[in-house]
Amino acid sequence: MTDADQELRVSKIRNGTVIDHLAAGQALNVLALLGIDGSGGEGVSVGMNVPSDTLATKDIVKVEDRELSQSEVDVLAVISPEATINIIREYDVIEKQRIDRPESVDGVLSCPNRNCITTGDEPIRTRFAVLEEGLRCHYCGEIIRESEITAHLTVT
Amino acid sequence: MRQDHLISATQLSRADIEAVLNRAAEIDADPAAWHGRHSGSILGLCFFEPSTRTRMSFDTAMKRLGGRTIDMGAVESSSVKKGETLADTMRVLEGYADALVLRHPSEGAATMAAEFVDVPLVNAGDGAGQHPTQTLLDLYTIRENAGLDDITVGIMGDLKYGRTVHSLSAALTNFDVRQHFISPESLQIPRSVRYDLHESGAQVREHTHLDDVLAELDVLYVTRIQRERFPDENEYRKVAGEYRIDAADLERAKDSLTVLHPLPRVDEIAPEVDDTDAANYFEQAHNGVPIRMALLDGMLDADTEAGR
Ligand SMILES: [Zn+2]
Repeated sequence: MTDADQELRVSKIRNGTVIDHLAAGQALNVLALLGIDGSGGEGVSVGMNVPSDTLATKDIVKVEDRELSQSEVDVLAVISPEATINIIREYDVIEKQRIDRPESVDGVLSCPNRNCITTGDEPIRTRFAVLEEGLRCHYCGEIIRESEITAHLTVT
Repeated sequence: MRQDHLISATQLSRADIEAVLNRAAEIDADPAAWHGRHSGSILGLCFFEPSTRTRMSFDTAMKRLGGRTIDMGAVESSSVKKGETLADTMRVLEGYADALVLRHPSEGAATMAAEFVDVPLVNAGDGAGQHPTQTLLDLYTIRENAGLDDITVGIMGDLKYGRTVHSLSAALTNFDVRQHFISPESLQIPRSVRYDLHESGAQVREHTHLDDVLAELDVLYVTRIQRERFPDENEYRKVAGEYRIDAADLERAKDSLTVLHPLPRVDEIAPEVDDTDAANYFEQAHNGVPIRMALLDGMLDADTEAGR
């Protein structure tokens, strides 16, 4: 495959965010994380199973006119630690956002324990401590394994 | 968050536990010396779920210290019924009392409430989560009867939803205790409890039959298996019948076995066991008062010293 082919599949964006080097298979989860289902009219390009120098294949997501919140970056860091985030202005990368494994993830995810206090109407956000292989609800202690995380994204 | 809330047994160190147990022993030895110690102090009882013994033992403990209690009453008649959040209720009630006791049906309720109040808060049970004051009285009873080091403890019954089990197993990791869990497969300890036990390096064994370990046990902690955990009555009867103890079982156990139960029991301990030396569950229930006196005394003292 040539660079030109790739350009056709995943076109450049003018302003927005490029989330690159996603583990293959994570692109749709990232869209879910960002609450993007196409209904908002955002310009979105998605590349799946794209050949990569560092990963055998990777996914890539480009979103126009959108930057990621810290909570979104935190979840991304857990579900796809190799990912990179580039902020684009006028077709140029103006900032490469580091993604570090966070100590906790606030908001964004809901607790899978239906009896957890966070599932009620209390004035709190969910908070999960990041463990070696998953997340743990700060309130009820429930553990989410890494492979289960995307099932608990809060639908916005 | 304040350090003097008691939310989970996982927050307790061996030193924390021993401080409360030692103070409870002093209270037991000379109860009169503690009367009036906290006159003028008020304890708020916030029970969002029915409770008889836990509520009454906190009430008694505070009164024996010379203090008074206020009780928000049944949820049915309170503003909670009108849709008030727990956060709001607790923020109001903290203005009425020097310390608060909370029981709530949701896991994590006490952790959350502690973020909203600035008086000491005691978790008296949060759903299937934690019940640390029950654990303190359990430990006190175990220490009195079997000691707390180099012992083998069996915990039997509903280990999945049993908050007393979750708290006790966490606290026991502070001591040299071999823990055996005995339950039907569907009611084994949950992932989060297993994670904590594993992290603490505790020796933990799981069994489906009491007979696998009965002869080794110094302490058997029995909990109730509730009907509502099973889809149908037959299934429940079949399973519950396997996790009970009677006089014939005691024949196969050590003579020194201590049998405990957080109560109320239904039929998981046969009444004939009550008359044996193994039966320590009523003593255990009575220990709730000195333990809660010791805990409240420590909390209210710390609060006074902090200049509040
Ligand atoms: Zn939770």
